[in-house]
Amino acid sequence: MDHNFLSVQGLAKRYAAGAPPVFEQVSFGIDRGEFVCVIGHSGCGKTTILNVLAGLEAASEGVVIMDQREVKGPSLDRGVVFQSHALMPWFSVLGNVVFAVRSRWPDWPRAKAEEHARRFIEMVGLKGAEHKKPSELSGGMKQRVGIARAFSIEPKMLLMDEPFGALDALTRGVVQDELLKICAATHQTVFMITHDVDEAILLADKIFLMSNGPQACIAEVVINTLPKNRTREGMHHDPQFYRIRNHLVDFLVHRSRLIQAAQASGAARLPTRIVMPGLEQVAA
Amino acid sequence: MQGRHLGWRAALISLLLLAALLMVWHLATLPKESAASAAQDEYARLMGKSSGAAKRDGFPGLAQMGETIRKELSNPFYDNGPNDKGIGIQLAYSLGRVGLGFAIAAVVAVPLGFLLGMSPLMQRALNPFIQILKPISPLAWMPLALYTIKDSSVSGVFVIFICSVWPMLMNTAFGVASVRRDWLNVAKTLEVAPLRRAFLVILPAAAPTILTGMRISMGIAWLVIVAAEMLVGGTGIGYFVWNEWNNLSLTSVIFAILVIGVTGMVLDLIFARLQKWVTYVE
Repeated sequence: MDHNFLSVQGLAKRYAAGAPPVFEQVSFGIDRGEFVCVIGHSGCGKTTILNVLAGLEAASEGVVIMDQREVKGPSLDRGVVFQSHALMPWFSVLGNVVFAVRSRWPDWPRAKAEEHARRFIEMVGLKGAEHKKPSELSGGMKQRVGIARAFSIEPKMLLMDEPFGALDALTRGVVQDELLKICAATHQTVFMITHDVDEAILLADKIFLMSNGPQACIAEVVINTLPKNRTREGMHHDPQFYRIRNHLVDFLVHRSRLIQAAQASGAARLPTRIVMPGLEQVAA
Repeated sequence: MQGRHLGWRAALISLLLLAALLMVWHLATLPKESAASAAQDEYARLMGKSSGAAKRDGFPGLAQMGETIRKELSNPFYDNGPNDKGIGIQLAYSLGRVGLGFAIAAVVAVPLGFLLGMSPLMQRALNPFIQILKPISPLAWMPLALYTIKDSSVSGVFVIFICSVWPMLMNTAFGVASVRRDWLNVAKTLEVAPLRRAFLVILPAAAPTILTGMRISMGIAWLVIVAAEMLVGGTGIGYFVWNEWNNLSLTSVIFAILVIGVTGMVLDLIFARLQKWVTYVE
C-alpha cells in the first residue's frame, strides 16, 4: 500500500459531532495509470470522498497522500470533472478550456494556450464547436468540454463525479468510448464515481464497492478480469462479463445493506476484500 | 411572423390611445363661450379690460404646446443668462450631475459589494449601517450636504451618489454571494489567483445582477435629480421646471415633464441593453 501513487488511509467524515460518521476507515491505494470506479448507493459518501481527494472538502479523520505529498487543498495536479459539467456560460468552448490552460501555465502566450486547448477540444471530438457557447451545446457535448478542460491541464490524476449521470444512454456510450480512448492514450490515473454497473465494467481496472451509509466503508475491491481491449459492443459476449456484473448487482441489491446493518448492530468491521468474480477469491 | 403581427397591432393601439389622449386634451382646453360667462364678459368690458377672443381658462391647448415645443427644440442650447437657458443646456447639467454621482456610486458600491458578497463576516458587520442608511430619503441629506460641501452643484452630485449607491451595493453583494458553487470549485481546483478569479469568474457570473442594481439606481437617480435641482436651484432640468412654474409658463413645464420622461426612458433603455449584453444563458 505504501508505494501506491495515491494512498488513502483511515478516511472518515462526520458532519455533526456525536452523529455516526457518513463513512469511516476508508483506505485504499491507486497505482499510476489505473482506472478506478466507485459504486455505492446514494448517501454512502462517494462524492465526499471525491471532494476530499480534490481538496475541496476536509475529512474528519485520515490522510490522503498523492505522489508522496499530503493532499491539503485543491491543486492543479488533480483535474476534476463535475457532475453538472460546471462550464462557465460566459466563455465559449475554447474560452473555457483556455481558462484552465492559462491557470496551469500562466506565462504561456495566448496563442500557445489556445493551440494547446484546441488539441484537447479536438481530442474529445468537438473540433468546429470551439466558438460556441455552452448553452448552444447538447448535454453530451458540454460534458465532453468538461473532460477536455480537465485533461488540458495534464493533471497527475483525474477525478470524475458521475460525469455521465445526466446523459441519455446513446450519448453516454459515445462519450464513454471517447474517454476510454483518451485514457488509453494518456495513461491517465482516474478515480470515477458512477451508478452504472456496465459503465464501471467497461472503464475500470478496479471497482470499489461501498456499503450503505452511515458508517459506510469500502467493502470490496473487485478486480476487472476482462481483457484490457474490451469494447462496449463486444464485452457482453464474454461470459466473464456476467460473473462480474452479477457480483456487482448482488452487492448493490443485498450485501451493501447487510454490511451496514451488521455495522450498526456493533459487529466488528471486516477488512476490505479483494475479489475476482468467477475466478478464485483472494483474501486481502 | 406572429410576433411581428403582434408588434404592429400593439403599435396601432398605442397610437390610438395617444390620439384619444390628445383629443381629450384638445377638447378640455377649448375656449369657453358659454352663456354663464357673458355677464363676466360684460363686467370685464366695463372694467376696461380686453375681452373676447383671448378668453381661456389658463391651461394651455395643443396649439400652444406645439408652438412651445417647436420653439424650445429649434434652439435648445441658447444661453441668455442664469434664468434663461435652453432645454439642452439644462438637460446636460442634470445628466452631468447624475452621471458623476452615479459613477462615483458605482466605484464605491461594486468593490464594496464584492467584499460583502465574499465575506459573510463583513456582510453581517456592515448590515446594520446599510439597513439604517438605505431607507433615508436622499433629499434628507441635502441640508447636511449643503452645510459641509458649501456648493449647491456638488451637493446635488452627492445626493445622486447617496441614492444610487444602495441598490448597486445590495445587488452586487447578492450577485457575488450567489455565484454558483460549481464555478467557484472549478476556480479552486484550477488554483486561480484571487484577482483573476474576481475578474474572470465572479464578475461575469454576477454581472447580470450587478447591472440590475445599476438599472434600478439609475432610475432612482433620475427621479431624485429633478427634486434636488428644484431644491438647490441654479441649473438643471429640475430647476428649469421650477423656474417656468414661477414664470407661470405651463407649456414650458409640460414640455420639461415630457423631456424628463423621454430622457428617463432612454437611460433605462441603455441599461436594458447593457444588461442584455452581460446576461448569459445557462
